[in-house]
Amino acid sequence: MWDYTDKVKEHFLNPRNVGVVDDPDGIAEVGSIACGDALKFTFKLDENKRIQEAKFKTFGCASAIASASALTEMVKGMTIEEAEKVTNQDIARYLGGLPEEKMHCSVMGREALEAAIAHYKGIPEKEIEGQIVCECFGVTDREIERAIRENHLKTLDEVTNYTKAGGGCGNCHGAIQEILDRVRAEMEIAPTSKPKLSNIQKIRMIEETIEREIRPSLKHDGGDIELIDVVGNRVIVATRGACASCQASNMTLKNFVELKLRELVWPELVVEEDSQ
Amino acid sequence: MKAIYLDNNATTQVAPEVLEAMLPFFHELYGNPSSMHTFGGQLGRKLRGAREQVAALLGASPDEIIFTSCGSESDNAAIRSALTSQPGKRHIVTSRVEHPAVKALCAQLVNEGYRVTELPVDGDGRLDMEQYRRSLTPDTAIVSLMWANNETGVIFPVEKAAEIARGRGITFHTDAVQAVGKIPINLSKTAIDMLSISGHKLHAPKGIGVLYVRKGTRFSPFLIGGHQEKGRRGGTENTPSIIGLGKACELAAQNMEAENTRVKQLRDKLENELLRLIPNSRVNGDRTNRLPNTSNISFEFVEGEAILLMMDEYGICASSGSACTSGSLQPSHVLRAMGIPFTMAHGSIRFSLSVYNTNEEIEFVIEKLPPIIETLRSLSPYWTAGEQCGTA
Repeated sequence: MWDYTDKVKEHFLNPRNVGVVDDPDGIAEVGSIACGDALKFTFKLDENKRIQEAKFKTFGCASAIASASALTEMVKGMTIEEAEKVTNQDIARYLGGLPEEKMHCSVMGREALEAAIAHYKGIPEKEIEGQIVCECFGVTDREIERAIRENHLKTLDEVTNYTKAGGGCGNCHGAIQEILDRVRAEMEIAPTSKPKLSNIQKIRMIEETIEREIRPSLKHDGGDIELIDVVGNRVIVATRGACASCQASNMTLKNFVELKLRELVWPELVVEEDSQ
Repeated sequence: MKAIYLDNNATTQVAPEVLEAMLPFFHELYGNPSSMHTFGGQLGRKLRGAREQVAALLGASPDEIIFTSCGSESDNAAIRSALTSQPGKRHIVTSRVEHPAVKALCAQLVNEGYRVTELPVDGDGRLDMEQYRRSLTPDTAIVSLMWANNETGVIFPVEKAAEIARGRGITFHTDAVQAVGKIPINLSKTAIDMLSISGHKLHAPKGIGVLYVRKGTRFSPFLIGGHQEKGRRGGTENTPSIIGLGKACELAAQNMEAENTRVKQLRDKLENELLRLIPNSRVNGDRTNRLPNTSNISFEFVEGEAILLMMDEYGICASSGSACTSGSLQPSHVLRAMGIPFTMAHGSIRFSLSVYNTNEEIEFVIEKLPPIIETLRSLSPYWTAGEQCGTA
């Protein structure tokens, strides 16, 4: 049985914004019934060009329904520019995390949002598609590359968990590995172009990132963290508030705090919980 | 919340009589049957009793019964034995809808250089016997076909298939894990050489199985060790569970009629009512040649895991052949082999009953499931399209 968070279950049992927006500004359908999940996403803008209404229809499992429901709640009130920045990580985080094998549900949400925005902007579908790599689930090289970059994926299994690519007959495993090797190599070159940080700079940036990017999200759920120490690339933090008693806090530290710090401060940082 | 357990093809509750029979073997009669002292040695007689109970349910002789640790071990032991004892033969015949204990083993054997023929099934999950006949070659070492399918309950004509194999001098094995205790079996009247049983599918505990090996069948042990089971399976006997399985077999014989009348009636009621109340639903598998306790129903345009989780809110336990529950991203290999369309396969639910289910429980499911399907269809982007096209 999947270990779903209470928030996933809650959105599954009481999904928000089900349906299709009348006269939508953006509309997208991703996935297919053969693949086992599909999402129809529509939105409408208000006079200030903010998303006034967003609705979904989903064929799929509990986490697919919850991810779509979360997406519609998240993008309401956003401008197109803001909505374009929503990642699958944001959707998973909104739900308090998803099981690794179900991360593809959050990716489907982000894909639908992106396709609906492209529809609004009048970009023809072909330009965002790319080449099909996985025939079983119709996953393109572009989607695989994006999932690797955004989620720092390292293995073939992770690519399958996030995109479904390679989860069927397995004929594309070689092709996926090639993409993985290429993108990983490109990603590893990128960090060296970052200027090396002094310890003081590193600690300051970590503090700033926690304050600006991390704390607001945790506080939203009644939690908090405190920076205790930075030893080399080890960032030692203590959990506070709801996080201190939350069993999923370890997942939050790894999937959210560590990823944000790696993205915004230094790619080799490792977050550890203070054992005191 | 009380569980309404309709997942008996996954596992069953240990019958109270079985548990009671087992208990003394944990703290009073805990000796080793191989010991010279009476304290241990007396266990030998008890085990003989259990062996006789198992043999009686199968129409076998007690010395044809080998106790193992599970159904998967029995399957592995049977197929490996046939290959080891006939080193010149390199071909195996099986079907596309076998349990992973046989299917994955055969995939492994392909890597080891064996040739495997996986017989297809038709849309109702049935074998083509002509095709089966043609698949047998002088190089065929063993045929392994399940007696009844765990997902659909469809029964293969294994007795007839075994006769055909015998006529060609080929060893015949059947995984009868789902069939034993649910349909009458008399091995003395068949040509079946080996048969696998799993204790926990018939109200005995987990961790005990049986491999039946017909007298005169060449056998090479899978688990090498002591002289237990007449040298055919090493390892100290799991005495409490063997006693439990013996008792469970005795109960199964007593309950056979109830299984095929009362349980069957409850299953039919559940199935017919759900089909009547829920549009775009269908039964997967041959309804005439089927276990009396199993019903596999597809609800079009909804996904199985979502159905299971909504039923779970009411304590209703069942299984699904959908991709999201299989852990493999694709729907069940059984439904795919049957060519069930994707619109149906992802929304398949397997109900499997036992003698412990009641009419009230079945009526509760009949009341709760239709609104669940309706709710999920109201979320599904395919449902309105489905109504317009009138596809079924």
